[in-house]
Amino acid sequence: MKFIYLVWAGLKRKKLRTGLTLASILVAFMLFAFLGAIREAFLGGVSMAGLDRLIVRHKVSLIQTLPESYKARIQGIAGVSAVCDQTWFGGIYQDPKNFFANMPVEPEAFLAMFPEFILKDAEKQAWLATRTGAIVGRATAERFGWKIGDRIPLQSPIWGQPEGQSQWEFEIVGIFDGLKKGTDTSSFFFRYDYFEEARQVDKGQVGWFTVRIADPDQAAAVAAKIDAEFANSPYETKAEPEGAFAQGFAQQVGDIGSIVMAVVGAVFFTILLVAGNTMAQSVRERTGELGVLKALGFTHFMVLVLVLAESCCIAILGGLGGLGLAWLIIASGNPVPGLLPVFYLPPATLVQGALLAVALGVVAGLLPAWQAMRLKVADALRRGT
Amino acid sequence: MSPSPSALVRIHNVSKTFKRGAEEIHVLSDLELTVMEGEFLALMGPSGSGKSTLLNLIGGLDRPTSGQIQIGPDRVEQLSDRQLAAWRARHIGFIFQFYNLLPAVSAERNIELPLLLTGLNKTARRQHVAAALEAVGLTHRARHFPRTLSGGEQQRVGIARAIVTDPTVLLCDEPTGDLDRKSGDEILSLLQTLNQEHGKTVIMVTHDPHASARASRTVHLDKGQLSDEPAP
Repeated sequence: MKFIYLVWAGLKRKKLRTGLTLASILVAFMLFAFLGAIREAFLGGVSMAGLDRLIVRHKVSLIQTLPESYKARIQGIAGVSAVCDQTWFGGIYQDPKNFFANMPVEPEAFLAMFPEFILKDAEKQAWLATRTGAIVGRATAERFGWKIGDRIPLQSPIWGQPEGQSQWEFEIVGIFDGLKKGTDTSSFFFRYDYFEEARQVDKGQVGWFTVRIADPDQAAAVAAKIDAEFANSPYETKAEPEGAFAQGFAQQVGDIGSIVMAVVGAVFFTILLVAGNTMAQSVRERTGELGVLKALGFTHFMVLVLVLAESCCIAILGGLGGLGLAWLIIASGNPVPGLLPVFYLPPATLVQGALLAVALGVVAGLLPAWQAMRLKVADALRRGT
Repeated sequence: MSPSPSALVRIHNVSKTFKRGAEEIHVLSDLELTVMEGEFLALMGPSGSGKSTLLNLIGGLDRPTSGQIQIGPDRVEQLSDRQLAAWRARHIGFIFQFYNLLPAVSAERNIELPLLLTGLNKTARRQHVAAALEAVGLTHRARHFPRTLSGGEQQRVGIARAIVTDPTVLLCDEPTGDLDRKSGDEILSLLQTLNQEHGKTVIMVTHDPHASARASRTVHLDKGQLSDEPAP
């Protein structure tokens, strides 16, 4: 600890250069944190997916519907313990920009299938008692300022107008929260019986089924049985684990993980050069001072550690500053709730960022520190004067 | 080679050769020198005569190509790099022509540097620094940074840094070379005080006869050889 002021003195020596290097590292780590949050927004569904859940959809595409009657047949397949259906409604609230997912479901089967959605019991009872009732996630309720009792009109370009009305209208009877931080609470669910009765097309059709299986280790076998059950029918199915389904959904946008890695890699390579150059320049300018330290009795190894500590100090200060700023900005709200239903900084990203900061400091400082260590005292004193 | 009781520095048959490409430059040749304990020795000679090289060898900053250097009981040329660093910290106080203070830390922090290598705690280090500052008459400038001090004051900080660990020998490389006459005289008086009142052995490289006049003995180095008289 008694050497800390020497590290600090090295950093203070050229304040502008240290400041600019710190700023570069700070921006890089902010970017790292934002990309981590975006990656989580796209791929979070994969990690949140239930290991014991399958998604059964039309073999051709998700937008093709399946007969609702399949539910009973799936229920009868060995290894299946529960089934519930969902259908993409595509309802628009006031403006297409106000996007959020909305789907008709069977309340009890749905809530049993997705225990990650936390709904108060009184609100669940209200939903069961209200045909036009709907529940909405906390994120969307806060986004539009909705509260229980509000009547929400939606236009559906897919399903048209409900029978006898000009638009679909729902009453908010419950607001659900997520069990975990990354749980998506942007969706809006309403009752399938109301939807089935009021829609004027494709009656008896649903979008996809979520299937709970008794043994997660049998997921592939049960999926194969389901697909075999409906093979050679007009509505052939594709059953897959929920995680794989979520990943496929995210990859419609692109391979987010690889894109994020590529951007982060390029940014950090550049920052490594910036920080490495700063340290190299700093050591070059201080050749005489390092020679003096050695003349006073500092060993080669101590000088190496001092230079490395200086490099790590810049990287850690900049890194933690960037992560902290990003955390503050991300915690202040989702800038694009329609595009990213979940937007938060995962703790794992913070830990990775902190480790990356230390690694950046070590790698950027290694060569200059090695050069400082190898300086011969007499040469260093001669070159420094 | 056993030193006499009062001989502190014994240089025997020391040569130093530098290589510049294929060319070999012989800076010192079979040099013999003895410095007694408590002596104030001035080492004079023209530029390039090898004065600083000899000082570096005595201070363990460089190694001789051949020969023996004994300071007290220690054979300096036989020590490893690590041992040499520890030996320098314990026995040698360096005073440089251009002061060589760290610009980003205060005078007292500069003086404290050699003490960081000792086992002294913070309080003890502060006490040693205060004593060294008092010895050079700079107590009132303890918290000043080098850029705010005059040349003479900076050199006095350099001297305080050199004496703070109470080393065996003070090695001064042109300590007045960058100072005006008045400041130079003050520094020389300080070195004389350290030598005469505190018994410090001082070896000073200089090309200034005015400075060498303060020493108890002067030797001249020319073309790698020592003599008691300047070269004609």
